Amino acid sequence: MSGIPHDHYEPKTSGEKWLNSRLPIVGLLYDTLMIPTPKNLNWMWIWGIVLTFCLALQIVTGIVLVMHYTPHVDLAFASIEHIMRNVNGGYMLRYLHMNGASLFFVAVYIHIFRGLFYGSYKAPREITWIIGMLIYLMMMGTAFMGYVLPWGQMSFWGATVITGLFGAIPFVGDAIQTWLLGGPAVDNATLNRFFSLHYLLPFVIAALVIVHIWAFHTTGNNNPTGVEVRRGSKAEAEKDTLPFWPYFVIKDLFALAVILVVFWAIVGYMPNYLGHPDNYIEANPLVTPAHIVPEWYFLPFYAILRAFTGEVWVVQFASFITGGIIDAKFFGVLAMFGAILAMALAPWLDTSTVRSGKYRPMFKWWFYLLVIDFFALMWLGAMPAEEPYATFSLIASAYWFAYFFVILPILGVIEKPLAQPETIEEDFNAHYGKADADATPAE
Amino acid sequence: MFKKLAIGAAFALALAPASTFAAGGGEQHIEDFDFSFEGPFGTWDQNQLQRGLQIYTEVCAACHGLQYIPLRTLEDLGYSEEQVITYAADNFEVFDPELDDFRPAIPTDHFPANTGVGAPDLSLMAKARAGFHGPYGLGINQLVKGMGGAEYIASLLDGYTGEEKEEAGTVLYENKAFPGGWISMAPPLAEDQVEFADGHPATVEAMSEDVAAFLMWTAEPKMMGRKNAGFVGVLFLTVLSVLLYLVNKRLWAPHKGKIRKD
Amino acid sequence: MSHAEDHEGTRRDFLYYVAGGAGVVATGAAVWPLVNQMNPSADVQALSSIRVDVSGVETGTQLTVKWLGKPVFIRHRTGAEIQEAKEQDAEGVDALPDPLARNFNIAADAPATDANRVMPSPEGEAPGAWIVQMGVCTHLGCVPLGDAGDFGGWFCPCHGSHYDLAGRIRKGPAPENLPVPPAEWVDNSTIKLG
Repeated sequence: MSGIPHDHYEPKTSGEKWLNSRLPIVGLLYDTLMIPTPKNLNWMWIWGIVLTFCLALQIVTGIVLVMHYTPHVDLAFASIEHIMRNVNGGYMLRYLHMNGASLFFVAVYIHIFRGLFYGSYKAPREITWIIGMLIYLMMMGTAFMGYVLPWGQMSFWGATVITGLFGAIPFVGDAIQTWLLGGPAVDNATLNRFFSLHYLLPFVIAALVIVHIWAFHTTGNNNPTGVEVRRGSKAEAEKDTLPFWPYFVIKDLFALAVILVVFWAIVGYMPNYLGHPDNYIEANPLVTPAHIVPEWYFLPFYAILRAFTGEVWVVQFASFITGGIIDAKFFGVLAMFGAILAMALAPWLDTSTVRSGKYRPMFKWWFYLLVIDFFALMWLGAMPAEEPYATFSLIASAYWFAYFFVILPILGVIEKPLAQPETIEEDFNAHYGKADADATPAE
Repeated sequence: MFKKLAIGAAFALALAPASTFAAGGGEQHIEDFDFSFEGPFGTWDQNQLQRGLQIYTEVCAACHGLQYIPLRTLEDLGYSEEQVITYAADNFEVFDPELDDFRPAIPTDHFPANTGVGAPDLSLMAKARAGFHGPYGLGINQLVKGMGGAEYIASLLDGYTGEEKEEAGTVLYENKAFPGGWISMAPPLAEDQVEFADGHPATVEAMSEDVAAFLMWTAEPKMMGRKNAGFVGVLFLTVLSVLLYLVNKRLWAPHKGKIRKD
Repeated sequence: MSHAEDHEGTRRDFLYYVAGGAGVVATGAAVWPLVNQMNPSADVQALSSIRVDVSGVETGTQLTVKWLGKPVFIRHRTGAEIQEAKEQDAEGVDALPDPLARNFNIAADAPATDANRVMPSPEGEAPGAWIVQMGVCTHLGCVPLGDAGDFGGWFCPCHGSHYDLAGRIRKGPAPENLPVPPAEWVDNSTIKLG
């Protein structure tokens, strides 16, 4: 593995040598754990560990919940109540799993926006970014299918509406939707396949996470300055970096502990705050809830889906030039997936030579507007599809696309970046000063 | 700047649950009752739960089931094993597939389901309804007042105005708490309808609160265990955070000199 | 100078130990619920004690009920059977393949007399009128047949084990007497198992 020059594992005893010549696993773990990491990483670089923790939490609590859950339309809802009432500590396991999904998405959104601000998607980290986007897509799929399993009203109608998106695909939509559901409507076949995939996908995510880490361990971490670690020699690299263990492990664990205080308080005192009351009503295919709302983490993209109605000229234009193949419904679906695709394309849409947003005076403001736009979309996604929300949704959706397809390419050309530090060491010392070898450490 | 924004964003996310956006139709009036189980250290009022059970048994059970509640769990309300056995046998019959016949209920049975008149099951009602929403879909009311499931039930039972109307052959009753204002359930409670052994007053409002508290218990019987786990967990994680903060500071100290800037 | 350094070092180590200890506690606290959730849940535990109405069990008949997933024989013995069981007692317990009573309700080393095997009788009934035992052959777990075998008690059709009227193994491959589960009278017509 190429990368930043650093010490590698040297087997010393004959036993270590024996193992190393057959399976260099200790060396692999050593290199992974001792990876030189830019020492100026700020608190936005903790979310990777939080996400890893979330994945582990969801897999572990999920595996034990499966020991008590029954994936059958007649029994699923009751089996959740069995977990909540009879299983030892089951109510905590279930609430942890339920709210763990929310923590997972809080972390992933901050992680993504951190990447967007500090230019972590730019060369040479495009593959890390793309893998990250794939992980995010898989997370959405997993979360969606997991939400169906309790077989409440929102589970059922959420599944009906979301699988309906695939029905919007021209010509083959109906066939695809039927294939996804295993029948004309959401039923036992759907529940069973969602259960199977909900169990499978987290392990696919775990594999992708390994690839994600492998990729950025090859390129090295980005950092708040966007300036690369010097790689001329080990001595030079060591001026810019510190090993991941123990410096960043402890730092990340501290941040994780603080986040878990908040998380635990939510699980202990208001576990249903982020959920929907209707999901405590067993699924009923004959009665639709008054107001179907997806879970909060889908709301921004749900808003984009709904924003493009038949009255919007872009939709009418698209419909006209495709001879009606792209109708409003299909356009909405394209827009929703397009919004995620736009993020994935960021490495090629951003023309600026400067990586970090810290040194981009104009970019900063457009970026902050994007963050606000994201929250606006989230709020609008939960509001009823009527005026004035429909117009707001359209404006907010338009900005989302404009940011990626117009603003990012143009800014790189017209913007005058600020002076960047020469090295990470310089940036670090500007913040913390140079530690003297014989000075007493600050208390 | 970005850091602050992002942290603010994280908190805002936590403040914006989807559930709060559910539009409550009409001018719903949900009273914020002061239940004993609310708040971080609130506990069940066992006498109230027992009164609630009595009201459920004598009034609600005629139409509503509690199909997810095992009768044995009534011991949590302070009843002895013998009392639960007697209560189960005296009040409910369940179908036993082994006997292929009905028999008196025993503690290991659940309360029976009751679908006779199409009334919803009440097992989870206190979690399946939210009393408080908004404002503007921001979820602040629910953060401050709680989800309000029990408040919704109590307000509904105590919310009849006495007006009624007939629509398509069904009599509807005006209710201040019900979305839309008209409900098909006739006012179930009347003053002194139930006589409590402890002589507690049986006004409609008092009974509404009692049965709402009981239904909160049926919906979330492990609430006290959960809050306890929450308390211990938060306390422990706070200590762990402080320790890790100190370790982190000590660990980095040799690499950080005195802060020159900021 | 060196003294100060030592002091510094000790304090640093102490902090690390405390933090490490807290981490170990956290891990333990996280692992225990994962283990404990596999223990029997509340609904299963509730079935570990059942009440059986025996008012309809005539003398000379046997009621078989399921308890902890296994059959339990509740036999209401006739006077003649009680008499015969006493006679079977006469040979002495040392002559039996299994001299121990195997009765959960009394001491583990009690001898396998008829009196040590039967339920105490409710008021108004002869001693030894009721005997309750697990209906699982101690050989390989088949369910023995009632009113059968060479000793008037139970007979296991799988490998030919003969039990007498007190459920004691007499002949065949089974090593032990039929175990007597925890049982007591709640009232004159109800037996509580477990």
